[in-house]
Amino acid sequence: MAEQLIQNYTLNFGPQHPAAHGVLRMVMELDGEIVERIDSHIGLLHRGTEKLIEYKTYTQAVPYFDRLDYVAPMNQEHAFALAVEKLLGIEVPERGQYLRVLFSEIGRVLNHLLNLTAFALDVGAMTPLLWGFEEREKLMEFYEGASGARLHAAYFRPGGVHQDIPAGMAENIRAWANNFPNFIRDMEALLNDNRIFKQRCVDIGIASREEAMDWGFSGPMLRASGVAWDLRKAQPYDVYDRMDFDIPVGKNGDCYDRYLVRVEEMRQSLRIIHQCLDQMKPGPVMTTDGKIAPPRRGAMKTSMEALIHHFKLYTEGYHVPAGETYTAVEAPKGEFGVYLVSDGTNKPYRCKIRAPGFAHLQAMDYLCKGHMLADSVAVLGAMDIVFGEIDR
Amino acid sequence: MEMGFWSGYVWPGLIIVLQIVAIILPMMGAVAYLTLAERKVIAAMQMRKGPNVVGPFGLLQPLADGLKLLTKETIIPTGANRFLFIIAPMVTFILALVAWAVIPFDEGWVLADINVGVLYLFAISSLGVYGIIVAGWASNSRYPFLGALRSAAQMVSYEVSIGFVIITVLLCVGSLNLSAIVEAQRGLWFCIPLLPMFVIYYISALAETNRAPFDLPEAEAELVSGYNVEYSAMTFGLFFLGEYANMILMSAMGTILFLGGWLPIVDVAPFNWIPGIFWFLGKTFALLFGFLWVRATFPRYRYDQLMRLGWKVFLPFTLFWVILTAGVLVAFDWVPAPAM
Repeated sequence: MAEQLIQNYTLNFGPQHPAAHGVLRMVMELDGEIVERIDSHIGLLHRGTEKLIEYKTYTQAVPYFDRLDYVAPMNQEHAFALAVEKLLGIEVPERGQYLRVLFSEIGRVLNHLLNLTAFALDVGAMTPLLWGFEEREKLMEFYEGASGARLHAAYFRPGGVHQDIPAGMAENIRAWANNFPNFIRDMEALLNDNRIFKQRCVDIGIASREEAMDWGFSGPMLRASGVAWDLRKAQPYDVYDRMDFDIPVGKNGDCYDRYLVRVEEMRQSLRIIHQCLDQMKPGPVMTTDGKIAPPRRGAMKTSMEALIHHFKLYTEGYHVPAGETYTAVEAPKGEFGVYLVSDGTNKPYRCKIRAPGFAHLQAMDYLCKGHMLADSVAVLGAMDIVFGEIDR
Repeated sequence: MEMGFWSGYVWPGLIIVLQIVAIILPMMGAVAYLTLAERKVIAAMQMRKGPNVVGPFGLLQPLADGLKLLTKETIIPTGANRFLFIIAPMVTFILALVAWAVIPFDEGWVLADINVGVLYLFAISSLGVYGIIVAGWASNSRYPFLGALRSAAQMVSYEVSIGFVIITVLLCVGSLNLSAIVEAQRGLWFCIPLLPMFVIYYISALAETNRAPFDLPEAEAELVSGYNVEYSAMTFGLFFLGEYANMILMSAMGTILFLGGWLPIVDVAPFNWIPGIFWFLGKTFALLFGFLWVRATFPRYRYDQLMRLGWKVFLPFTLFWVILTAGVLVAFDWVPAPAM
């Protein structure tokens, strides 16, 4: 018989695919159901964030960070605020720091809630997602109460946070934090020991310690492979050095460990939230340097100086001394860094953003090779991909 | 001669048509309201409300859905094989309906009380795979093709274990007639002595009807919607109706084989005052509720895991149980006398 040439089955996965987590497009080469190669195509959500920031004052650049990883917006603002503060050489008042840590951890829970439950949906369990959204809704209300916006908060600004939280919110957050473990328990009851869930996650998409580091993983992806690296511990920023919390690490670096690490991180976030609420004292939340922080609205009504400062700060903005910095925070998805170059004017000369998801996605082909089609969806779900930050 | 023609052909024919209508119309109603029940039940489990806008408690939602599907445009992809593309949903739908001919709803309430009822049901449900595989092939598209291949493999695998499960029941009854199977359970439902078989039957029924956690042919996380990706409007509607009609059919079959059909739970008053049809419907709905419950609870199997469960677990186990049942029947001299 003549030799037959067999071609692999090419499947265009996305960008309009329910499991593509946004606008990812993957060209898959399949041998039956076995994945031979995955070619990730990105850029469908490219908005030119980095370039746009070069044409905005430092204050105007803040909202762009909400739109990167829109699942946990404030964590991105945090990196930018810290970077600008470092260049300006200013200190944030203690209450401002506590509020930032508090809302960073709320952001982490927000992110993990969406990721864990969406991951469960990717492997076919749909109930956790709808339970999780109930909890997310409560957290969104805290966001809204503090910043006035549910998603695009623009709350963390260079110098502190925009305004103090309203009276009574601290108690509400504490009440929520006391109840939240019940949700975690319910979710774990549905998933953790479920045979089908374990069959779908255990030993899927394994990355060893070395491989995880070689591929540039960070955050839960790295910790699931057994590397206890967390920027909140390794180079603490704001008041993280006063917080008592543990870093959960995995053993096998598979999808199941990534899931477990994230669940445990939610518990640790609750610990930090409780500590913040306990330790927070009344005081200013924004730097008192009038050349950077705008005056309060009341002062503007009576003081000419305040009005002039307000006008100048919201039009021209403040000038940042020339210099450059790479500042990174432990965002829920991993190391989120901002490389900020200032030329001494009121606008950044360059703002390079290091998104954790970008580094994770590059390993897609490596992690999925030899697995089945359904596993690639699980790996993608456990990677925690959000296209806002990858395409920027 | 005139009389013979009328009384010999026309009137019996008319009566049969009326009987068919009397089965199909409530069936379609049941299918429509099963979709609503599914959405309501799952919504309750997920702390949502489910459809509640169209009509009181959303009771008119199935009609609105049906109307929407009927009035939409049927799109046939250019690359598709037009004939097969149209015929596939019809096959699925018709097969889901014709199986009801042999189901006894109550004592004597059966359209065709044939002696090979079980074989007939088995033959019809085996044909069901054609609708899906033809749909996947005729669409000439990638996701449907993969979905159809999965579906074919899956349905064939689980058909085998269902076959053995049914054989154990037949061994205990000595008849292929569904009414006789129900009558044989007077006193003791088969779900008690044959409990493992009942469990396997139920799981295989989930797989056979492509329901979660075995909904691989339409796994929305991987294959978007599987074999019916390219279908729209009423062609899609027919697949949908067929799937739900099959769910009800498998539940009804489970009721007949294991839960004593129309028989009351114990044959004493007040239980035997309730007409058999209500017992039958109640048991069927209890099984259907399980279908919905499972869907809200479990993740989805992967293709190879599904195959492993079918061939390496269920098949040997059912085979063993067939031999065990036969052995026990022979050893204690309980073999039923063949029905004449």
